[in-house]
Amino acid sequence: MNLSRRHFLVLAPAAAIAWKALLAGTPEEAANYKMSEHWWGMLIDVPKCIGCGNCVRACATENDVPEGYFRTWVERYHVEDENMTNPQVISPDGGKEGFPVAAEDAGKYFFVPKMCNQCADSPCTQVCPVGATFVSPDGVVLVDPKYCLGCAYCVQACPYGCRYIHPEKKTADKCTLCYHRITKGLTTACCESCPTGARQLVDLKNPKDPIHEFLKTHPVQVLKPQMATGAKAYYNGLDGSVR
Amino acid sequence: MNAFKDAGHLFRFAGLFVLAFVVFLVIRGYVVPKSFGQYGHYRGAAMGEIAAHPVKFAGHQACEACHTDVAEAKNKGKHAHVNCEACHGALAKHADDPATVTPTKPDPAVLCARCHTATAAKPKGFPQVNPADHSGGVPCETCHQPHSPAIVDAGGAK
Repeated sequence: MNLSRRHFLVLAPAAAIAWKALLAGTPEEAANYKMSEHWWGMLIDVPKCIGCGNCVRACATENDVPEGYFRTWVERYHVEDENMTNPQVISPDGGKEGFPVAAEDAGKYFFVPKMCNQCADSPCTQVCPVGATFVSPDGVVLVDPKYCLGCAYCVQACPYGCRYIHPEKKTADKCTLCYHRITKGLTTACCESCPTGARQLVDLKNPKDPIHEFLKTHPVQVLKPQMATGAKAYYNGLDGSVR
Repeated sequence: MNAFKDAGHLFRFAGLFVLAFVVFLVIRGYVVPKSFGQYGHYRGAAMGEIAAHPVKFAGHQACEACHTDVAEAKNKGKHAHVNCEACHGALAKHADDPATVTPTKPDPAVLCARCHTATAAKPKGFPQVNPADHSGGVPCETCHQPHSPAIVDAGGAK
């Protein structure tokens, strides 16, 4: 075949584009799981939390969280009578081994479980320079460890302190909302092991999920609403002193 | 046609640009993963890889499929809402292979105290005791069966 330069110049880019389209196959999804049918979040019922640390231990076991790092942790607040803006907060080893006994004295004590808020408009994904972290179509903020450079912009950007650089992988790591479990129809490890039901996985796209009724009938709040992160960790009975 | 008579060098240059563009596209096709951009500015296949992480907590449904008697006893008592692995720990391996992987029995002295030790920070309605005062060193399970902790013959203490 006698290929003129003119023809080559037209054909070569066309061939490249066609070849690219051919390569872009459809990556497989898990069987029986449709991302478009879910929008995950978490309900945290503060008055039910007893500070046992089951969630922290379960998370570490399930997700191989390195020692000294936390994807979820429990804080104990102590607010003295009038001192709302200056609560004393402790979280010894993330609450993994429980808390020291609190004496009955002035003020109130309560536990607050913390974790990734699975923000719909998450500050951490906005700052990622390489597209390694993202909000999945089913509403979970995930990190692609193969793309992550470990620059830690996201660690700084998260207003809730929910990210860390994994000490061995040197990539950003965080709560995946047990993505490997929820895509198989299981609940998260923290919810599975919570003895009082203080944490509940919620699917906001499921019209039968009791969360809809709960949100209608309870004084529910998200953390740092002024930051407009679209947080999907809903806290029931949250005290105003909680950061 | 006369206008392009002396423009041959420009065409050669434009040709180089086009060639470079084609080379760019070809390299990009190789380097950028297939699934990048499928759902957004990220690698779509990452979700499948994250979802492939092994499950360690089997989930109470798996436990209850075999241990129906325990589930029945538990569901009648005050621990009905406490899932099996909250006390027994992660047991997906046992659920996958019940014959060879046998779970160890948890120690009630540790487990009961973890939730039920009295502290001002716990919700007021939650049953809590000072273990030393409450039993004086007698193990919890002497009086309370963990799966159904109410003391039946003592008039149903909590």
